[in-house]
Amino acid sequence: MRIRPRGSSPRVEADLTPMIDMTFQLIAFFMLVINFSEVEQDQRVQLPASELAKPPAAPYEQPFTIHLTRSEHYIFAGSELTELAQLRSALLREAQIIKRHTSKQLADVTIIIRGDKNAPTGQVQEIIQICQALEFEKFALRGKQSDVPTLSPIP
Amino acid sequence: MKFRNTEHRETIVLQMTPMIDIVFQLLVFFVFTFKIVLPEGDFDIRMPPASASQASPPSENPLLMVRLQADDRGELAGVWLNDSVLDPPAPFYQLQAQIRGLIDDAGGPGATDQEVEIEADYNLRYRYAIQAITAISGYVDSDGKQHSLVERVRFAPLIEK
Repeated sequence: MRIRPRGSSPRVEADLTPMIDMTFQLIAFFMLVINFSEVEQDQRVQLPASELAKPPAAPYEQPFTIHLTRSEHYIFAGSELTELAQLRSALLREAQIIKRHTSKQLADVTIIIRGDKNAPTGQVQEIIQICQALEFEKFALRGKQSDVPTLSPIP
Repeated sequence: MKFRNTEHRETIVLQMTPMIDIVFQLLVFFVFTFKIVLPEGDFDIRMPPASASQASPPSENPLLMVRLQADDRGELAGVWLNDSVLDPPAPFYQLQAQIRGLIDDAGGPGATDQEVEIEADYNLRYRYAIQAITAISGYVDSDGKQHSLVERVRFAPLIEK
């Protein structure tokens, strides 16, 4: 029996160039769109749409974000609260920290309210009221940006 | 002269495997950390507590009241601007038109110190309140340019449920 010498067997080499090209393209894409900033979006809240909702010109300085979900619960600092009193005590704690440990005025702290589009307006007003009682004054009602007019008569 | 046999020249093989390993690791990392961020925007309102707002100097223009009424399910039942009712098909569109009529927006943004107070029923769905604020605070013209109307919007004190 004759054994074919190993060295002379033809080497099969796949052409890797197109795959590497594509992979680098993908990496470049994901690198560009990655966002390391802390996004305070929450899937439990569906924001109302508005064509005038504009992103803030400058980022707020240490804002507080309060979410109001469709099931009428509050989300503040990562925890879901069912009662307004719980939200109040959580906000009071934060307000005291600001008062004692920083030189900031509570009136300059922005409260971002992310209310679900189907939540009752009265609940948003309640949030504003308890914030006012704690001396917060600046509020930002968050909405989803819309490219189509939301007010025009339906065509 | 003797030429070297070109058949036996050593071919340099680039080791692709480690590079591809790392590249895939990177790709997997970026794919998993990818998060779609929807564009969001804000309506800024400044609402000092009731006692402080009484002390603020009164505006030259009378306060405009927008009343939003809800039905049992929280849907919009009616919109009033001061005492005039706005017709049902597109009440917020009319509200915007009336406010544009009241305020001369030629002066540019922030030229007016007109204040609007929104009085909404407790159970009204929040999207209608945002629509009302949209109608009051500005409009987008046919060229897609934004114009602002009233910047001082506030909520009326909450009425008991």
